[in-house]
Formats: sequence, structure tokens, C-alpha cells
Amino acid sequence: MFAKRLLEAAGLSPREALTGTVPTRRAFLKGAAGAGGALVVAAALPMPAMAAGPAAPQVVGPPEPRPLAFIRIGTDNTVTVLAKHLDKGQGIVSGLATIAAEELDADWAQVRGEHAPADVKLYANHFFGIQGTGGSTAIANSWDELRMAGAAARAMLVEAAAQRWKVPVAEITVAKGVVSHAKSKRTATFGELAEAAAKLPVPQTVTLKDPSKYTLIGNPKLHRLDHVSKTDGTAVFAMDVKRPGMLTAVVARPPRFGGSVKSFDATAAKAVPGVRDVVQVATGVAVLADHTWAAIKGREALTVEWDDAKAETRSTAQIVEEYRKLAASPGLKAAAKGDAAKAIAGAATVLEAEYVFPYLAHAPMEPLNCVIEMTKDGGCEIWAGAQFQTVEQQVAAAVLGITPDKVKINTLWAGGSFGRRATPNADYIAEAAMVVKAIDGRAPVHLVWTREDDIQGGRYRPLVVHKIAAGLDQAGNIVGWRQGIVSQSFMVGTPFEPMLMKDGIDATAVEGAADMAYAGKIPNFQVEYHQGKSPVTTLWWRSVGHTHTAYAKEAFIDELAAAAGKDQVAFRMALLEGHPRLQAVLKLAAEKAGWDKPLAKGPNGEARGRGVAVHESFQSYVAHVAEVTLDGRGGYRVDRVVCAIDCGIAVNPDVVKAQIEGGTGYGLGHALRNEITLTDGRVDQANFDTYEPMRLSDMPPVEVHIVPSDARPTGVGEPGVPTAAPAVANAIAAAGGRRLRNLPFTREGVA
Amino acid sequence: MIRLTINGQTREVDVPADMPLLWVLRDVVGLTGTKYGCGVAACGACTVHMDGQPVRSCQTLAGDVGDAKITTIEGLDGKAADAVQTAWRNLDVVQCGYCQSGQIMSAIALIAENRNPTDADIEAAMDGNVCRCATYVRIKAAVKEAAKLARA
Repeated sequence: MFAKRLLEAAGLSPREALTGTVPTRRAFLKGAAGAGGALVVAAALPMPAMAAGPAAPQVVGPPEPRPLAFIRIGTDNTVTVLAKHLDKGQGIVSGLATIAAEELDADWAQVRGEHAPADVKLYANHFFGIQGTGGSTAIANSWDELRMAGAAARAMLVEAAAQRWKVPVAEITVAKGVVSHAKSKRTATFGELAEAAAKLPVPQTVTLKDPSKYTLIGNPKLHRLDHVSKTDGTAVFAMDVKRPGMLTAVVARPPRFGGSVKSFDATAAKAVPGVRDVVQVATGVAVLADHTWAAIKGREALTVEWDDAKAETRSTAQIVEEYRKLAASPGLKAAAKGDAAKAIAGAATVLEAEYVFPYLAHAPMEPLNCVIEMTKDGGCEIWAGAQFQTVEQQVAAAVLGITPDKVKINTLWAGGSFGRRATPNADYIAEAAMVVKAIDGRAPVHLVWTREDDIQGGRYRPLVVHKIAAGLDQAGNIVGWRQGIVSQSFMVGTPFEPMLMKDGIDATAVEGAADMAYAGKIPNFQVEYHQGKSPVTTLWWRSVGHTHTAYAKEAFIDELAAAAGKDQVAFRMALLEGHPRLQAVLKLAAEKAGWDKPLAKGPNGEARGRGVAVHESFQSYVAHVAEVTLDGRGGYRVDRVVCAIDCGIAVNPDVVKAQIEGGTGYGLGHALRNEITLTDGRVDQANFDTYEPMRLSDMPPVEVHIVPSDARPTGVGEPGVPTAAPAVANAIAAAGGRRLRNLPFTREGVA
Repeated sequence: MIRLTINGQTREVDVPADMPLLWVLRDVVGLTGTKYGCGVAACGACTVHMDGQPVRSCQTLAGDVGDAKITTIEGLDGKAADAVQTAWRNLDVVQCGYCQSGQIMSAIALIAENRNPTDADIEAAMDGNVCRCATYVRIKAAVKEAAKLARA
């Protein structure tokens, strides 16, 4: 009865749900807007919002301190900081706790971290207007809020102590989790004061610490809060959740993007021991079983006939060919200054290059999965590595015919994401909700994507083609730059479109190119955008547009420097005049790498080379210098990578280093050998044997140097990615190898 | 019924003989520290010990385990295990952490046999364990640190 009402509320008859005749995905999305209210995204998204500029407000977030939303002090003397952002490995639970604990003067040993519940009123990302994690915004948008929360909680503890001891507040000090009154030699722990402090009013204003007094922020010796639970098997991921009576579901999806189910025969699947049900949902056919193995075996036994009438049937080579033609034609102007075509035509030297970037899967270690259970109060409970909680609440509510406030989300540690868990339509959560609805909510459902589902399931970094031409004058100055970029847009048709699509141009496809710092020194500059179209689904992928724009820019500027006969670092330094933070990271990386010292040949006389790349993304500034050896047989080895980053105040310097090490590996590994290709619309890769990830033996030593700064902190999750691959490509060229313009490197070979 | 010895305890499990040990551990026995990453022995996230040797539990069938003693991340004991876990914590190796049970199981098997591994030894022992966060710089350093701790 209860489930019936839910379905009716969703505009579906119970029969439709029971037989699995649910609306198509398109209809579902329209329905989602109707049933659950439009997917409201109040503010703008990562990039435009982050480009704060001089008009940036003094305080990001609400002006009043909100300690009760973020800090719990237990009578057991623990301090728990609630993280409104998903920790998918980037260490944000630790980072957010550090900020609050600093102002609280807590002892790091008493600090715990926990994911906050889903509640947009309390936990919105102030750059998004919804609760969500992405765009390397977590620290930046929490910086004021958590310092104020920590300071307010500290003031309440001090007030409680002053009242208890009947002494003036001004005579009380706090250090390492202990409140003291020196004159009377009295001390109390936070735990001893917690109950009394909780009864006091929250102060409306607080005084924040002078950064020179910081003991936790900037301390390289703090351990991550998850460093024990993730080394003894106790950290709980969504994949580990077990609910009473839970069924595990795997879904057979169309082998071609844009395909759909024509018909299916579940007889053999239902005969697999442990299989409990087979239902059709908008995305495919779901097999539900007692455990994952039975569900996988059941899906193998399923017979499905697919309808490919609207599906992608092209192969990668055809798509690239079409994109190349588009890139050579006039596009929508994302940046235009002077007359680039004329300047190039009249230049002393003209260089042209075309870059091809493949579709890439995010492939987080923990494949997509979540548990959804209907609850007795007419709502549902979700366990997931939830990254866009507000969207997920709205979408799950729309599918299940309930209101978003009835959707409780337990955000758990996520086994990586790299952007994949944040989708504008909460794709895998919606799919799980559809399965729950299709079985009338009778059991909790654990939807599990296998690795094959993940690699073949789309939401890829788009396939992108860049075509660049530039002219140099006699003195080696760039007189004109013209760049065409062809990429699918993953904003079209989503709630984010109004914010990130302007005049037909997807801001995330041209970021890092249209706004490149070098343009200030290039009198004639033009960047054009063409929207490629395909049913293949695409998505932001760790560092988004910068994954390809930084590569094209830095590889091409390297060619221009070489053509101008100038030193690669000096050429960039001159172009970056007026961009002191970019210049500073470039200078630091070059110094630490010993750029001015010649690189010796390899032990057997092998050619070696050094390459550099520098880029701004997410308001952080990064330079990479790479050293490579060509093995003389068409292969190469990266011997050393030196990186400099300016991310403002480094809240957790060791986490910053870890993110840049990891970002470097992520960038290099994919450039080395990863691509998703299509043959007649079907994905050629399926698992880690064919989408071969970077391994330990591929990983070079990485040195990370952090530029000391007193600027507001910015993100580090993504900015380590963009410059890693072009630095290596430029090093390969410097060693006498090929200019690599068709990724991954394995496509052409380096020499 | 299949009888298994897991972390020193005998378990009777009612599963088909061709069910991979990974799913027996995770979905039947409830030991979820061992992770599913690929199901084709290409990532190492499911690594457990069989009589002290690292194996990929996704390719080890329940019916083939026999009398072998299975050890998972939850059942660690001994000097090599202590050294590896301590080193992993000292160096803050983990990021998302999902692959780290498997990394740690591979590292313990290496350190238990070789207290002085070379870079080549480390690559040979650890190359089958994928980390998508690319914590490899620290994994290498932590294996060396663990070897040092185990030697002490």
C-alpha cells in the first residue's frame, strides 16, 4: 500500500512499475523536473564562480558563525568535525577538520572527521548553491565558515569555563584541547566543558586567529584522519554496506550509447541460484540476487535484444575525422582580440598543429554503487559515496515519488571519483532508485556496477580536437594565435546549462585556452568552439577542460619557443608578465629541477630531455618540469618530475603534496596509454586489462614544492593533473623524440 | 557446504564451488576489507593470503581453497604485518584507500620473505596492485620503510 502511494505520487501506476514499463530516460528527466521540482541550482558552478576577482566578498558563506552545524564536542573529549564535502581520497575530511580545529585550539589527537548529512540549508557549497563537491572548491568555500565555527565553539567553551570558575573570560587561555586559568591554576578539557558550553548562546561575531599563530594549519606532520581505518580494512565504503534482506542488482545496459531494450528473456537468468528477480528499468534490465556473484552470473545468462535505432554507430576514426573538419572551419568565438588570421598570414614564421585527445574513463577504484532502502516513514535512505547530495536527493525523490526532504543520504568514504560520482542527473543513484521502484520497494537494493560497466558505461572525458596556428615575428614574438576546439558539451540539457553555456559556448570546454595568461602578450588572439555531437555520454574528468587545453597550450607554446630559438622557461616567463603567481611557480620548479644545468646523457648514451609546463586551474598555479630518457627503441622513461604549486595557504601541506603526486600520476598514466575507442559504436575496452592503468613501475619520483603564501586557500585535487603530461611530452621532444599530438602516447610512439 | 579457514577460524559456507573467494569473503562471511576492483585479476584490490602467499581472491574459487589458511586484512598478525601497517600510517600513503587493503597484503607477503627489497623486487611484488589515486610514490617509500621496521 505504501509503495503504491509512492508510485502514484510519481505519476506511475503500480502495474507500470511492477512490469518494469517505466518511462524512457528523457521522459524520466522531464518527469523529474515535474515531480520533484526543478533541479534548482541557485548559484553558479565551479569555474565562473571561482573566478572571484576583485569583487570577491570578504566572507564566503553565511556571515554568522555556525558551530552547531559543523562541530560536535563529546563528553569523551572527542571533537568531531562534520565535513559537508565528499572525501574521495583528496583528504578533505582531514582538511576541513584542520581548519575548524585550528580556531578551536583542539589537540589533533582528539579530532575526528565525519561526513555531514545531506541538508542543503546547512551544507550548501557556497560556490554551487547546492550541497556538492567538485571543481576543487571544498577548502576555498569552507575556509571562512569553518574558521568562524571553530572560533565560536572555542568562545563557548571559554565562556563555560569562565562561568564555572567565576573568572573573567580574558584571563582564560586554550591550547591543545585544554582550557586553562593560570592565576587559579585550574584546567578543564573540552569534554569536561562540552555540556555546559552547549547550553550557551552562539556568539554572533568572532575574532579569527592571526595566521602566524597557526599550529595545525600548515603543519606538515598532521596525519590524515583516515590513515588508520584505511589500513586495517575498517573504513566503510558504499560497496561494503549490508542491510537486512538486501538484494544486489547489476544492470544489463545497451552495448551502444543511445540504444535501448527491445525485448529480453529472463528465463535462464532466473534459473541461476540466488537470483531473485529480473526487472526492466529505463537504463536496461536489472538482475537482483542474494549476492553480487549471483547477480553477475544472472546477467550473463540474460538474453536481451537491443534497439540501436538512435544509437551511436560510428567508430572513433570517423568521429575524429568529422571533428578535424569542424576544427578547420569557423566556430563560435570564445575569445577574440585583434585579427588573428591576418596577423598569422603576415608573420615571419607560422606554426600549425592539431591535437587529438581520446575519450577517457574515470575508472575510480571503487566502481559506482549505492544502497537504497525505503523507510517506514515514507521516505528512503541512501548509502553512497555521494558527491552531489542535493541533486541526488531531488532525483531519488522524483523517481520514488517522494519529497527530497524524505531522502536521507549517508555519505561514505568514496573509493575515488575523479568527477565520475558527480553527475547532473545523479545517474547511478537514479538507476538504483528505479530498480527499487521496479520491485515495489520490497527490499533494500545494492546497485553495483562491475568494472566492465564502469569502463564501457560512458560519462567519459570528451574526445577533443584542437587545431592551433600561430605566427612569430622576426624577433620571435607571437603576433597571432588562432585555436579551434571541438568537444561535446556535457552541460547541454542539464540544470547547469544556463550557468556554463553562454552563446552556445561551453565554458568547461574552452577553459584554460580562451582565458590563457599568455594571451595578454599576444596582440591578435582568437579561440573558437565547435560543439561535437554524439550519443556517447561525457562528463567532467579530474581538471575538466584543462585536461586538454593545458596540454595543447603548453605543447604548442613549446614548439613556438623552439621555433623562436628561445629557452623554454624564459620564453614562458616573458609571456607571463603580469601573472606573478604563474611566474613564481615556473621559477620555483625550474630552480628545483636545475633547469640551468645541462642534462647528462643516459648511462648507455641514451638521449635525455627536460620539459616544462605551467598552468592555472581552479585558481591554483602549477608548474611541472619532467626529465625523460629515450630508450632508443621507441620507448621512454620518466626519470624525475619536479612540481611547484601555489594554492594559497596550504592547509595540510602533506595532503597538498599527496594530491600533486597523485594528480601527476593521473595525468601521466592516461597520457601514456589510456583511451576509450569505439568500433561501430561499441566500446573496445572493457576492464583494466584493456584500459591498462598506470602502475607502480610507471610512476616516476615526484618532488613537490609549495610556494609559501598568505593568500586564501584554493583547491589541490585537480590542479596537479593538467601540466604533468605536457611537461613529459615537451621533455620527449627536447630529447629528440616526436612532438606528441595524438594521445595517448602509445598511438604514435615517441621516436 | 564448503569448509574454509579464514583468519584462524573455521567457516562453513553454503556457496557454489565456482564462486570466487572474493564474494564468499565479502557477501557471505561479511569480511568487507577485501575489495572488488576488476574481477579479472588485473588490479589486486582483492589480494588475500593463502598460506601466506598473496593471491587474487577474485580468481580463487571457493571449491579450490581446500585446507589452505586464508588471511584477510582483518586477520593480520605478526612482524611483517605490523611493519607494513605502521609504515603505511607513518607516511600517510592512503588517499581514497579502496585499493590499500590489497596493496598492504601484497607488501606484507613481500616483507615476510624479503627484509631488504630492491626497487626491482618492489616493482615485481607490487606492480599487480593498481592505485587509481597513484599513491605509488608513497607505496614505494612505505615498502622500504616497512622493510627497515621489520629488520629492527
